[in-house]
Amino acid sequence: MTMKKITVKLNGAEHSAEVEPRLLLVHLIRENLNATGTHIGCDTSNCGACTILLNGKSVKSCTVLAVQADGKEITTVEGLATAEGLHPLQEGFKENHGLHCGFCTPGMMLRAVELLENNPNPTEEEIRWGISGNLCRCTGYNNIVKAIQYAGAKIRGDELPSTEPEFV
Amino acid sequence: MIPANFDYSAPSTLDEALSLLQEHGDEAKILAGGHSLIPMMKLRFASPAHLIDINNIPDLSSIKEEGDSFHLGAMTRESDVEHSEALTGAFPIFADVTKLIADPQVRNMGTIGGNLAHGDAANDHPAVMMALNASVEITGPEGTRTVGIDEFFFGFYMTAVQPNEILTGISIPKQRGKVGSAYHKAERKVGDYATAGVAVQIATDADGKCTYAGIGLTNVNAVPMRAKRSEEALVGSDLSDELIAQAAMMASEDCNPSADLRGDEEYKRHLVKVITKRMIHKAIQRAK
Ligand SMILES: Cc1cc2nc3c(=O)[nH]c(=O)nc-3n(C[C@H](O)[C@H](O)[C@H](O)COP(=O)(O)OP(=O)(O)OC[C@H]3O[C@@H](n4cnc5c(N)ncnc54)[C@H](O)[C@@H]3O)c2cc1C
Ligand code: FES
Ligand code: FES
Repeated sequence: MTMKKITVKLNGAEHSAEVEPRLLLVHLIRENLNATGTHIGCDTSNCGACTILLNGKSVKSCTVLAVQADGKEITTVEGLATAEGLHPLQEGFKENHGLHCGFCTPGMMLRAVELLENNPNPTEEEIRWGISGNLCRCTGYNNIVKAIQYAGAKIRGDELPSTEPEFV
Repeated sequence: MIPANFDYSAPSTLDEALSLLQEHGDEAKILAGGHSLIPMMKLRFASPAHLIDINNIPDLSSIKEEGDSFHLGAMTRESDVEHSEALTGAFPIFADVTKLIADPQVRNMGTIGGNLAHGDAANDHPAVMMALNASVEITGPEGTRTVGIDEFFFGFYMTAVQPNEILTGISIPKQRGKVGSAYHKAERKVGDYATAGVAVQIATDADGKCTYAGIGLTNVNAVPMRAKRSEEALVGSDLSDELIAQAAMMASEDCNPSADLRGDEEYKRHLVKVITKRMIHKAIQRAK
C-alpha cells in the first residue's frame, strides 16, 4: 500500500499531507488538520453531521476519501464567519434558536449554504427537502427552517423575518 | 469505520484507466461517486486491493441531446440529472426519481453510471432505465459495445460490465407520439431504499392508442425487473381505466418480493399494484 501526497485548501489555507488512500476525508479534516468543527455522527452517510463543502458542493465527508479531495477546496464551519462577523446562517441559527446541543449544526449550516446558493428564496417545503440528509435529534427542525429562512432574507437583502419564538 | 488498505490511482484518461484495470484484473474496482462502494468497503463487504478513481477523466460527465436520443455520461451526478431542465423536461421521470434517491449530499456524489453498474435491484435507476428502454455503453480494451438494458443485469451485484471494462454512457431513445413518464417508490423515510418502486413510460399516437409501454420495478425481484405482461397488455390498447387496473394487477402478480423489515410479501405486492396503476395514469396525464 502506497502513501499518497495530497494538497487541499481548507477554508482558504493550503495544506499538504501524506495519507493512506483509505483515510476518510472527515478524519483528514478533524485529525490531520485539527478542524474539529466538523462532526462524525453515524459514520454511515445517513446523518449529515459530517457535511462540508467540496469545491462548493455539500458532501458527507465520512463517505469521501481524503485522496479524492486532492487539489480541491474544502469549506467547513470554521470557514463561515469572516472579519465582518457571523455568516448569515450562523446569525440565523443564533437568532432563531436553531440549535440545542449543536451536534448537527455545522453540517446543517454547510448544507444550507449550498441550498441558498442554488435557491436564494426557498419555500418551507424546499428547505425541508433540502436538509433531508441532515438529522437533528433536538430541535424538531422548525427553528432550523426559520434560521435558513432568516439567512435567505439576509443574503437577499430583504426585510428580516421576526425571530419571536412561537408558542404552541 | 475505515476501509481495509488498498492502493489508489486517479487516471486522467479513459485509456489509462482501462490499462490499469487490465493490469490489476479483478483485484481492482472502479471508484465513481463512491456512495455504494465506500460504505461496502467500510463494512468489509468489499475489499478491493486497488481503487481506480475515474472522477478525473473529463468527458465522462455530460447530458447531451443527440437527434432522437439523449446521451448521459456515466459520471453524470444525480444532482446534475436533477437540475438538467432539458432532461427532466423531456423525461419528467428523472425529476421524480432523483428527488427520491437518498438526499442532496449523496446526490452530489452518486453517479448515474455507478447506480447501474452497482447491479442492485434496490437502486432506483435500473427500473427507470427499463421503462425508458435505455441502452448502456461499455468500453473495454477492444473498444465500446452497446448492451440493451434487458441484457445488462445478471444477478445480485452482477452486470454485463466485465472486470476489464468501464461503463461509459447511457443512451435513452425518444419515443414517438405523445410521451409521458413517471416514477414513485414507497420508502419508510428519506434515504431509505424502496419498499417497492415503479417506473413507467407511455407513448400514444394521435388517436390515443398506446404505441409504447415501459414498466420497470424496483426492489421486488432479485434483479431489476420489467413488468412484461403489463406492458404487452397496454400496447395497442386505448388505455382504458379497466385495462390499466388489470396491467397493475399483472405487475403485482409477476414480481417476486421477499419479506424483510420493509414489509411482507403481500404488502409489497399490494404496493406494486397501487403504484403501477398510479404511475401509468400519471405518465398518461403528463404525455405531450
Ligand atoms: C445514505 C444513502 C442512501 C442511498 N439511497 C439510495 C436510494 O434511495 N436509491 C438509489 O438508487 N441509490 C441509493 N443510494 C446509492 C447511491 O445512489 C450510490 O451513489 C449508487 O448506488 C452508486 O453510484 P456511485 O457513483 O456512488 O458508485 P460507486 O459507489 O463508486 O460504485 C458502485 C459500484 O459500481 C462500480 N462502478 C461504478 N461506476 C462504474 C463505471 N462507470 N464502470 C464500471 N463500474 C463502475 C464500482 O466499482 C462499484 O462496484 C444511497 C446511498 C447512500 C449512501
Ligand atoms: S457521519 Fe457522515 S453522514 Fe453521519
Ligand atoms: S441541535 Fe442537537 S442534534 Fe441538532
